[in-house]
Amino acid sequence: MKPPRFDYVRVESIEQAVELLAQHGDEARVIAGGQSLMPMLNMRLVRPQVLIDIAKAAELSGIKANGKAVSIAAATTQNALLRWQGLRAHLPLLAQALPHIGHFQTRNRGTVGGSLCHADPSSELPLCLALLEGVVELRSRRGTRRLAARDFQVGVLTTAKQADELATRIHFPKAPEDAVFAFKEFHRRHGDFAVVALAAMRCGNAVRLAVGGVGDRPEVRSWCGLQGSAIDDALNEFAWQLGGSDDIHATARYRRELVRHMGRLAIAETAP
Amino acid sequence: MNLLESNIRHLVRFTLNGAQVEGYAEPRLLLTDFLRHELGATGTHVGCEHGVCGACTILLDGRAVRSCLMLAVQVEGAAIETIEGLAQEDGGFSPLQQAFHENFALQCGYCTPGILMSMTEYLRDNPNPTKKEVRVALSGNLCRCTGYHEIVNAILDAAKALREEDGASS
Repeated sequence: MKPPRFDYVRVESIEQAVELLAQHGDEARVIAGGQSLMPMLNMRLVRPQVLIDIAKAAELSGIKANGKAVSIAAATTQNALLRWQGLRAHLPLLAQALPHIGHFQTRNRGTVGGSLCHADPSSELPLCLALLEGVVELRSRRGTRRLAARDFQVGVLTTAKQADELATRIHFPKAPEDAVFAFKEFHRRHGDFAVVALAAMRCGNAVRLAVGGVGDRPEVRSWCGLQGSAIDDALNEFAWQLGGSDDIHATARYRRELVRHMGRLAIAETAP
Repeated sequence: MNLLESNIRHLVRFTLNGAQVEGYAEPRLLLTDFLRHELGATGTHVGCEHGVCGACTILLDGRAVRSCLMLAVQVEGAAIETIEGLAQEDGGFSPLQQAFHENFALQCGYCTPGILMSMTEYLRDNPNPTKKEVRVALSGNLCRCTGYHEIVNAILDAAKALREEDGASS
């Protein structure tokens, strides 16, 4: 398992990366941490002509908290975010979810933007972005645009990012003061891909739930004033709407049961 | 910004266990293969080649990473540490190696270099872990011989030895 041949460029700025993407389009692939792309290269599932390495571009690394949001440069590693001092206060959901991404050795390289652009339906960061209604900022020679989570991730391993665009920043809204979060994941072994992952947020009597690992991308539902058996009914309806399928890890039926069971636990955990 | 062409071997320089090293690599050459075949540092093992098994784990600027998920050209100028640099200057075992030796924490030894490098970073950041925390930290390294019990015991012993060593020196 060795990668096919490609040219390699290490860029120092967003501008250089965007220029190369404009030149090479879909012949090029951007590599940041490479924790998803390198396995795909090793297995020759992708065969780019040019690999554009953004990991050393200083402006693509770092975390800034401003008024209402936390803005994370795309090539910030998952472990750098996990070590960020403001995480627990501003993004408590991510403080719970990040330790589930791979292993600490892969989080040392794996990046926030990389995971979102890879768009695996069972990944933790796309799930959190969907629940928190975060925004991905894309740059190309044509300009800058910001896409909401649901407009960014459109399917399995598929985003709305064009071939000449670079994800530069991710904006997560800061947690509202009265918000309570819960994160649940079922996997065979810590660090494996989630069979089903859920994130819940409660503000007063409004509950929002995101589910990953079942549909083609994380799906979100919101309810108000749910109580008792109405919670079970809502979760059952949601589980059927997700349209999961059978694979080697679990059947669709098993996944629906996980949504119902872990959904109940997650919602209960946020209850006052 | 410098484009490295696919079919040419390019000069790559970095420090390996404190010594300056250099060699030539096509852009597609994995760091594992560069360490083993170009530099002859065969202590780093190659397992799955897609980041799952952890056998190839090394330290890159002090952080544990998979060397099968990196290209040799990416580590230009970096500081790399491998199993070859773990023993003490007189050739004696480091506290972590000693604990593995005493607890019978290896059989075939294939996974051992990756586990030792992973735990070098882990114990530096977490000097007093619980058994459960060690088990989670070990999830990124597959061992098919031992059943992990002896490895977990060795890491807890090593943590204790390192704490005592730290206490004695300060």
